[in-house]
Amino acid sequence: MAVMQNIISVEHLSKVYASGFEALKDVNLDIRRGEIFALLGPNGAGKTTLISIICGLVNPSSGRVLADGHDVVAEYKAARARIGLVPQELTTDAFESVWATVTFSRGLFGKPANPAHIEKILRDLSLWDKKDAKLRTLSGGMKRRVMIAKALSHEPQILFLDEPTAGVDVELRRDMWDVVRALRASGVTIILTTHYIEEAEEMADRIGVIHRGQIILVEEKAELMRKLGKKQLTLQLQEPLAGVPDGLDAYGLELGADGNELVYSYDADAEQKGIADVLRALGAAGIHYKDLQTSQRSLEEIFVSLVSERT
Amino acid sequence: MNVYAIRAIYLFEMARTGRTLLQSIVAPVLSTSLYFIVFGAAIGSRMQEIDGVSYGSFIVPGLIMLTLLTQSISNASFAIYFPKFVGTVYEVLSAPISPFEIVIGYVGAAATKSILLALIILATAGLFVDIEIQHPVWMLLFLVLTAVTFSLFGFIIGIWADGFEKLQLVPLLIVTPLTFLGGSFYSISMLPPAWQTVALFNPVVYLVSGFRWSFFGTSDVNIGISLAMTLVFLAVCLATVTWIFKTGYRLKN
Repeated sequence: MAVMQNIISVEHLSKVYASGFEALKDVNLDIRRGEIFALLGPNGAGKTTLISIICGLVNPSSGRVLADGHDVVAEYKAARARIGLVPQELTTDAFESVWATVTFSRGLFGKPANPAHIEKILRDLSLWDKKDAKLRTLSGGMKRRVMIAKALSHEPQILFLDEPTAGVDVELRRDMWDVVRALRASGVTIILTTHYIEEAEEMADRIGVIHRGQIILVEEKAELMRKLGKKQLTLQLQEPLAGVPDGLDAYGLELGADGNELVYSYDADAEQKGIADVLRALGAAGIHYKDLQTSQRSLEEIFVSLVSERT
Repeated sequence: MNVYAIRAIYLFEMARTGRTLLQSIVAPVLSTSLYFIVFGAAIGSRMQEIDGVSYGSFIVPGLIMLTLLTQSISNASFAIYFPKFVGTVYEVLSAPISPFEIVIGYVGAAATKSILLALIILATAGLFVDIEIQHPVWMLLFLVLTAVTFSLFGFIIGIWADGFEKLQLVPLLIVTPLTFLGGSFYSISMLPPAWQTVALFNPVVYLVSGFRWSFFGTSDVNIGISLAMTLVFLAVCLATVTWIFKTGYRLKN
């Protein structure tokens, strides 16, 4: 049997809470097998509701979700056995040991005991020396790792990480990114929501943006950056200018740093030719520069502009 | 059937008992022993026999039933309420486990604990009074049925409760009074006729009466009716739990 390319298919999914709040509006989304998919969206956009429906924590109002070909409602056992969830909140049994809580999770998901597997997870997550520690004695970062260990205990094919590095220091965040990359390398499909755009930019293969319960964009990260990522060329001038010289108006140059810099903005799919033209035109105008640098609009700026366009 | 999941929940809950041994086992045994000292030895020695049974022995089934009801409710309600309170219930709800399997795990553990406790209290009672059990199989049947039924009831309370106050509300304000008024310490035939009729609306009367019959062969109501009423309450609790999981009441949005 051919392996399906899409490991998750969300079809016409809607959710209206009892309060009348419409959290999801006819959402359609496919997640490809083996990818890291980052779901971005402002607070209240519907990220957690979408994840919660897929994982069985919230009932959908209409539509359906297939996880590895299994309907998450009608065939919930088969679907959930394939899914691991690391929720946003650090919810742990304070009086349990790390080993006990991870072992419990494996059993809960219908897998026989496998101490060797649990040991491997704990070692991979740098938790092995804490295996007998009570959860209440662990730091926030360590608890976050325990949550990941619990979610991985039953060897899921799909892993949901809901704000995985919220409240985690920079060093630990980078460690976690390494863990996530290693998981992807082992074949696990990862869907993460995050407020840290840098995180999505660093790790994701594809980006989805959800806003007011609707998916407003799904794109390869590289393609998204290429399409929407504006680039800038900044030239540091040898002599300051009082204004942009006549004849250079067509390039849309802007003067900055009290006349010491000229900034040229262009599309990322660019127009290298445009840069060459600008530099030639500057030379012809007798404007000399001592240094230059290019920069690209970050994913965060792209995200903000996408959302603000629809606000 | 997700046997591994049922086992995981069951063992998790039993391990919790081990961690809280003083609260789970020792405290109820101590309080029951105090009942025997006060009602059995101190007051009971001045009371007449009831249906040919000394008062100290007569109250044994009632005391066991009192503990069985309160502990079954307390164990099961706390077992499901606490994960809701701290948020760890997400894991159970997202696991490949059916509502029936969840109930077997939690209710099975709660019932096991209260049955063990009942047997410990029975053994403790043996230190104070003579005990005879005329129908041991029936005794065990009532023990198991009552423990399972009231653990289910406790499970429902644990899901319904949205605060610690509500968690205590039903056991303290309804179950304990009904148990005291349900013939734990007396035969309802000792009540005035009008109150005997009122007492028959108390479901605990049937549990205590049936359980006492298994000890002494005498009862306030027919053993068949006692069994039927226990099964009816069990069916009502099962139907309620099924509805809860079907609708996601207080568990899912």
